[in-house]
Amino acid sequence: MTPAATTFRPPHSVVARHTTSEPPLVRRALIGIALVFLSLFLFLPLVFVFTQAFAKGLGFYFETLRDPNAWSAIKLTLIAAAIAVPLNCVFGVCAAWAIAKFDFPGKNILLTLIDLPFSVSPVIAGLIYVLVFGAQGWLGLYLNADHPQLPGLANWLNDHNFKIIFAVPGIVLATIFVTFPFVARELIPLMQAQGRSEEEAARVLGASGWQTFWRVTLPNIKWGLIYGVILCNARAMGEFGAVSVVSGKIRGQTNTIPLHIEALYDDYNFTGAFAVASLLAFLALITLGLKTWVEHKNATRNETELSP
Amino acid sequence: MAIKRIQAGKIRVLPGFKLTLGFTLFYLSLIVLIPLAAVFWKTSTLTWPQFWHTITMPTAMASYRLTFGASFLAALVNAVFGLIVAWVLVRYEFFGKKIVDALVDLPFALPTAVAGITLAALYSKTGWIGQLLEPLGIKIANTQLGIFIALTFIGLPFIVRTVQPILEDLDPELEEAASSLGASRWQVFWRVILPMLTPALLTGFALAFARALGEYGSVIFIAGNIPMKTQITPVVIMGELDMFDYGKATAIAVVMLVVSFMLLLTINVLQWWTNRFNTNHLA
Repeated sequence: MTPAATTFRPPHSVVARHTTSEPPLVRRALIGIALVFLSLFLFLPLVFVFTQAFAKGLGFYFETLRDPNAWSAIKLTLIAAAIAVPLNCVFGVCAAWAIAKFDFPGKNILLTLIDLPFSVSPVIAGLIYVLVFGAQGWLGLYLNADHPQLPGLANWLNDHNFKIIFAVPGIVLATIFVTFPFVARELIPLMQAQGRSEEEAARVLGASGWQTFWRVTLPNIKWGLIYGVILCNARAMGEFGAVSVVSGKIRGQTNTIPLHIEALYDDYNFTGAFAVASLLAFLALITLGLKTWVEHKNATRNETELSP
Repeated sequence: MAIKRIQAGKIRVLPGFKLTLGFTLFYLSLIVLIPLAAVFWKTSTLTWPQFWHTITMPTAMASYRLTFGASFLAALVNAVFGLIVAWVLVRYEFFGKKIVDALVDLPFALPTAVAGITLAALYSKTGWIGQLLEPLGIKIANTQLGIFIALTFIGLPFIVRTVQPILEDLDPELEEAASSLGASRWQVFWRVILPMLTPALLTGFALAFARALGEYGSVIFIAGNIPMKTQITPVVIMGELDMFDYGKATAIAVVMLVVSFMLLLTINVLQWWTNRFNTNHLA
């Protein structure tokens, strides 16, 4: 760059408007194309869910939701999310602490392994738990009722009628698997970017490890953590493929909300299916709203920190 | 003295390394690695001819072609329209832009089963869009076209969200320089902007493609489960599971897993390239 260019530089916006923008016609055409594409693929389906849900009126809507099978599906979904989200949250914080605050060999391999569940098809995610815990599976062979190799455990499980596959524990496990990376993926880059100097300062000044975490780290990663939990929860409540492999789909017992939607749809009760689906669509909208709000919070926080 | 040793990295000031790394590895093994290893354990109980016969059976072969083809086309369409959406969101102002921006993530947030029944009903013969296309002789429900539509929906946010931040950080001086040297707006886009977006576009494409390959919930309702015609690979696996043929299901799952792992590797290399590209060009 020539010295002249460095000494006089008009604000970007002034130049930008003249030389780095498109003619109004092109601009409008591009906005038009984008909006038509998004309307067709996003707005229309969203509007469709809610119109179909209320197609037979409010009475039918609430009747569908009050149905015992629907109620049991809602409860099961809440249970699965209530177990999967906190566990993955603790894991995410631990993984981010180890990866961001310390150096150790094999870090990149660990990062890739944490991402693995994202690249595994939901159907395969369900399949692997059937292979481990199913009657013909890895552990199943050890606990097989006819010739158990671990008779004590097998008897205990039998006495308590404890099943994993085609039962609630399998559903919880599959949900944990598909939501495994969400919190970790939000926290790791965030904590890596923040570095370790603040925590080191706290420690040198005499804070204990826990104090450092609660008073220094946690306030710094708060929004990232909330963001991760929101995404994790949305996926946990909406998972379909993995859960449908391990659930056995017993109505009123092992059906989650998405599986109940499928059951209603297969019964040609379309309005009922969309009524239950509207719950999850509403959850999706709340998720998007919270996400936008958290991002906005984050952006304003960064601005106030960066400005002198 | 102590501070010197800290600076040299000889002692760790921060506690909890063993605890957190230990728990991370334990939980990772328990939830992900050991169950995934079960796939390879199950496969090892098959003989090689059995395995080969299963993964090359006609329904499986047809499903690979369909899954790869539809995923590729969907990712391609998303690359084009995703770039336009990202461009419009970064560069232009229009009414409702913030809402549009937030809604781009809808396919991430909307459960796949909901997306599945919605698309199936929208594009059915009597649906809002399906009834408009019916007189034109275009059928979407229960056809491969329907699968393509579902996969396009699922992959939509990936390109937008990978390209958007790069486009935001692009230095306007480069465009100013090019246009003051006499380049037309189209030349600036084609020769200056697009090359800088290429790594992000490829990453987004690979992410959308990888997601589409494994997709199940949003596809099954619109696809209609016709063997050899509208069965994607996850549906073939599901079919074998419904017949309790775990050997066959696992063999086909291994094919998918190997492809997914290779894609994951490619994506990591692409992301590394994107990051390097950014630090070199935007620093």
